[in-house]
Amino acid sequence: MLTLSHVSKTFNAGTINEKRALIDCNLHLVPGDFVTIIGGNGAGKSTLMNMVAGVYPIDAGTITLDGVNISQLSEPARAKYLGRVFQDPMMGTAADMQIVENLAMAKRRGKTRTLAWGVTRVEKDEYAERLRALGLGLEKRLTSKVGLLSGGQRQALTLLMATLTKPKLLLLDEHTAALDPKTAAKVLDLTEQIVAEHQLTTLMVTHNMNDAIRMGNRLIMMHEGRIIYDIAGDEKCSLTVKDLLQKFEEVSGGELANDRMLLS
Amino acid sequence: MGLAMLGAVSQGILWGIMVLGVFITYKLLDIADLTVDGSFALGGCVCAVLVVGGVNPIVAVLAAMLAGMVAGAVTGFLHTVFEIPAILAGILTQIGLWSINLRIMGKSNTPLLNFDTIFSQMTDLTGLPSNVAAIIVGVIVAVVIIVGLYWFFGTEIGSACRATGNNEAMVRALGVNTKVTKMIALTLSNGLVGLSGGLICESQKYADIGMGTGAIVIGLAAIVIGEVLWRVLPGAKLHAFGGRLSSAVVGSVVYFLIRAIVLQLGMDANDMKLLSAIIVALALCIPVVWEKFQLKRAYTRSLKDTSTEGASTEGGR
Ligand SMILES: Nc1ncnc2c1ncn2[C@@H]1O[C@H](COP(=O)(O)OP(=O)(O)O)[C@@H](O)[C@H]1O
Ligand SMILES: [Mg+2]
Repeated sequence: MLTLSHVSKTFNAGTINEKRALIDCNLHLVPGDFVTIIGGNGAGKSTLMNMVAGVYPIDAGTITLDGVNISQLSEPARAKYLGRVFQDPMMGTAADMQIVENLAMAKRRGKTRTLAWGVTRVEKDEYAERLRALGLGLEKRLTSKVGLLSGGQRQALTLLMATLTKPKLLLLDEHTAALDPKTAAKVLDLTEQIVAEHQLTTLMVTHNMNDAIRMGNRLIMMHEGRIIYDIAGDEKCSLTVKDLLQKFEEVSGGELANDRMLLS
Repeated sequence: MGLAMLGAVSQGILWGIMVLGVFITYKLLDIADLTVDGSFALGGCVCAVLVVGGVNPIVAVLAAMLAGMVAGAVTGFLHTVFEIPAILAGILTQIGLWSINLRIMGKSNTPLLNFDTIFSQMTDLTGLPSNVAAIIVGVIVAVVIIVGLYWFFGTEIGSACRATGNNEAMVRALGVNTKVTKMIALTLSNGLVGLSGGLICESQKYADIGMGTGAIVIGLAAIVIGEVLWRVLPGAKLHAFGGRLSSAVVGSVVYFLIRAIVLQLGMDANDMKLLSAIIVALALCIPVVWEKFQLKRAYTRSLKDTSTEGASTEGGR
């Protein structure tokens, strides 16, 4: 499905701000894998997602998706295969455009845009149906500007947009981190529901260890640009937060896990 | 006086086509595109030379539009492919166009004298006074363009262009190459600016190398005026996007009416640029100042609330 082999990324190479964000990362996902990713701030989690999505050019290594080498494809060219939700609720939607317009653009992800009408009447009914399933009442606000929605509503909408056209791979980068606990829980429920319904292969970054253990069938931990821990199946099921903290202390040389991770 | 006002209205509508172009880049793409000054004059120069060369005046105006599109594409190319900041890319094209426009005309201005223009043909055809004929032509062109833009920005490609100015990261994540959408918007925008330059040239019966100087500021001022009117007018929220486009043209008319009035009052025509700059600067300042004022007032109020709270508890003791 997705294979990263020897992927590396250094930012600002050769300057005083040089940062090796990813160092020789290898990862192989099989169809239907739901992988949670944890790691401290600056571990390279977002960079890993961004390399898969093609946000920055790759330094070394290859990324293949379903047998296609996508390492050199531009971000818009890769979008055909990927659904993405970002940490910042502002990032996934166009605030000045209507809910239907946002959905209609998402529906056309990866397709060639033409001079056909941007939103058809038939689509509107479909979107209303899909929005109703979110249970947030958005189906009644189809023509509202997205900028009027709350952060949680926007993330739920972005999640729906990312999966409206079934992606080969769903990338979720701390998509609930900016939300209050109750809204975050709701969006996570929706995530599980949508992933299960469409049997999506998923990479989900989270700061919450409980969520990382509870959700998905596989967990990886990153530290200083490397994937340092990869656990799946029964082993993952029996994993506890304590195990993860211990693992984290081991790799960071006895240093305490950062407080955001401890708290969650 | 009445005649001057009629003239102002016709000028306002014809310049309004340029304002629609500026609207696309400034409002939809969130770019202040300085190509405009150059592409407006380019439209005028191309049109003048063609009319003098015996070309049909309608064809000449369309050629002016095409020339404007090419100018916009050059800016788009510099901005998207070579990642030159949009403002600088626009300035580079604008400066380059000055020389090109001189080359096109071979001199710094070209009078159309007794050559036929769209407007003279309209006057001959209908027997209406030239100002009225100009208004009719302007309204027809403006309506066609507003309808066209309304349609285009409702299409898949047009939606992607609008979203590009709103949230570029999202548009790319949805598989749209934002270089292409920016290129489309800049090309389209400067096409309208060139068209407007051509129409102005034919209506005033000459082209001048300096005719585009300050066009961008006129465009911004007209947009600002139009926006204010659109917000004030009742029922303006209907057909929102079409309303915003129309208000840009109306803003342009109002701008030229204001201009005509202050000129009648004895202001020097050369001071008009200063007035335009002040209008735009004020329009950009007011929201910022207003927000600061609101914050300060909210803080003062919270101080007052806590102090009265303190007073009341003291009183209760
Ligand atoms: N665009 C960028 N330019 C420079 N440095 C970056 C960029 N993106 C990320 N980094 C750096 O790379 C490291 C990894 O960042 P990131 O992948 O965002 O970490 P996280 O695991 O918290 O998501 C950090 O040190 C960060 O500062
Ligand atoms: Mg991150």
